[in-house]
Amino acid sequence: MATPENSSPGAAIPTYRDVEVDMDKAIIAPGHTSATVTEKISDVVFSPIEKTPKWIFGIWAIGFALVMVLIMSIAKLLFVGTGIWGLNVPVAWGFAIINLVWWIGIGHAGTLISAILLLLNQGWRTSINRFAEAMTLFAVACAVMFPLLHTGRPWLAAYWLLPYPNTMGMWPNFRSPLLWDVFAISTYGTVSLLFWYTGLVPDLATLRDRSKRRIQKIIFGVLCLGWRGSARHWHNYEKAYLLLAGLSTPLVISVHSVISFDFSVAQLPGWHATIFPPYFVAGAVFAGFAMVLILTIPVRKAFHLEDYITSRHLQNMANLMLVTGMIVSYGYAMEFFFAWYSGNPYEIFALLENRPEGPYKYQWMSLILCNFLAIQLLWFKKVRTSTTWLWIISFIVSIGMWLERFVIVVISLHRDFLPSSWDMYAGTKWDWGLYLGTIGFFLCLMFLFVRFVPMIAMFEMKLLLPEAKVQEEHHG
Amino acid sequence: MAEQKKEGLYGVMAEFVSPQTLLDAVHRAQAAGYDAIDAFTPYPVEPVSEAIEHHKRSKVPLLVLLGAIAGCSVAFFGQWWISAVDYPLNIGGRPLFSWPAFIPATFELTILFAAFAAVFGMFLLNGLPKPYHPVFNVPSFERASQDRCFLLIESRDPKFDPQATREFLAQLGPEEVHDVDW
Repeated sequence: MATPENSSPGAAIPTYRDVEVDMDKAIIAPGHTSATVTEKISDVVFSPIEKTPKWIFGIWAIGFALVMVLIMSIAKLLFVGTGIWGLNVPVAWGFAIINLVWWIGIGHAGTLISAILLLLNQGWRTSINRFAEAMTLFAVACAVMFPLLHTGRPWLAAYWLLPYPNTMGMWPNFRSPLLWDVFAISTYGTVSLLFWYTGLVPDLATLRDRSKRRIQKIIFGVLCLGWRGSARHWHNYEKAYLLLAGLSTPLVISVHSVISFDFSVAQLPGWHATIFPPYFVAGAVFAGFAMVLILTIPVRKAFHLEDYITSRHLQNMANLMLVTGMIVSYGYAMEFFFAWYSGNPYEIFALLENRPEGPYKYQWMSLILCNFLAIQLLWFKKVRTSTTWLWIISFIVSIGMWLERFVIVVISLHRDFLPSSWDMYAGTKWDWGLYLGTIGFFLCLMFLFVRFVPMIAMFEMKLLLPEAKVQEEHHG
Repeated sequence: MAEQKKEGLYGVMAEFVSPQTLLDAVHRAQAAGYDAIDAFTPYPVEPVSEAIEHHKRSKVPLLVLLGAIAGCSVAFFGQWWISAVDYPLNIGGRPLFSWPAFIPATFELTILFAAFAAVFGMFLLNGLPKPYHPVFNVPSFERASQDRCFLLIESRDPKFDPQATREFLAQLGPEEVHDVDW
């Protein structure tokens, strides 16, 4: 017969409480139980405002200031029009598309961590999946601003973008990659939100049960939909969660592929390459992991989450960054190879001459420096285990991925087939204002999330504990 | 449950420290002939769910399949009808029913509808949202979402007898046995 004594947590399975643990391998520090995991993670949400680390207020201040810049840039844009941007023929696509692709790419690591690593049974994903999924949502929110604002009259965007029956009897053109974008990005945003919320429901129930104040109990009670952790509910829940992961996996690959079609379906030298879809997806994951590291490293330190986000997590992310970075570098090489192998004079000019030797050569060189040379440091374990180095490299990679889109968009466009239509392009202060504004918007949302929502999936963390392991046919 | 009077005892509940004791208790309760039982855990414990559901398969995958088929058909036939029937536009001499160009949107809507079916289907099958439930009347039930496991035997079970069921649960090694009021 099972009594509490002989079946206490971990009695059958040796705990590593007294054992020296290699924190390079551990995905959760020893000695934790369901109670300590719950307490540690939910206390961040319930702690009084004075306990919030001071520098978080600094980030909010910077973030809110940049949101003011964003509002200003949008207001100016709506009053005057897209003429305030640096766009003109031949470069009719500038910061708007660069930033759209950059932000969407950043979101991809979130879905990769939450969906693909779940299907691959990677236990280490648990500590970072909630955080990375939130990052996905906020990055998508920033991304969609750009195409909507680029329409100039975003209040009419629904009528240009979405197929709905209207009195004019008009429909959008389904053969255009730009319309595929609408479907891909809106589906991606919606499914990411559903996935994130579904994962959050049991944790919101935990918050409801730990709330001391009535108003908190009501808010969390409503948000968790009355979740009570019934075995029947978990039965359906697990199936739904797994299926969502299975659905998100092809989705995330499709999103950046569809975005790459915006370029590769066009017949412009520098865009028209079959390598684009895989190379864009790899680039997205690369940029995404860089952003996860940029945010995780300070947050982990500030909230003392080293027990849950261990050195192994950071190293794994660094490894993935290195792998995807090398795929991206292979993509750069292949673009050059295709141009040379095609024998097409326009392709050869656009890629082999105009990119490395044209007027934007420093942007191209910086791109190679950031995305290919800088990541070579990640081969060294000393670098992968140093948070400072990892943070710096991630930051460089983020800049590099922005430059990559600049190189693809601007360098390919600015020298048209006819030299008479050549021109130079640069973002105006309003372009920069909008871009920096979305960074502020992202920072605000991200750090509000860290403070008000459990940033680590509590119920999934508990599944990693020895006490959660049960054996069938165990009869004391 | 609707025909039942909503007063008196909803059931009796035992509180356990670990999912392992809970699983053993579920097996023993079923061996003792109780059927209207439910278990509550802070995280999914598959063997417990399997035992409680008598190894029945979840209906969620079926709903997801239906959602996917619906999304796929709506998108594909919708695009065909829009582009070839309702609003035929000759773009560069391409065929009006240029189906390969319709695949990206078809794929995306398939995923979208399937994901909606997964999430809303799951909540629907679980009868959520349901802000009130008798189990919340047990004060220590707030630990069900934190670190404790619970086994509930409902009073609608034909074998249920307040005294005997309480005694039965007490010998399964729980921390405590609680009465659950309506």
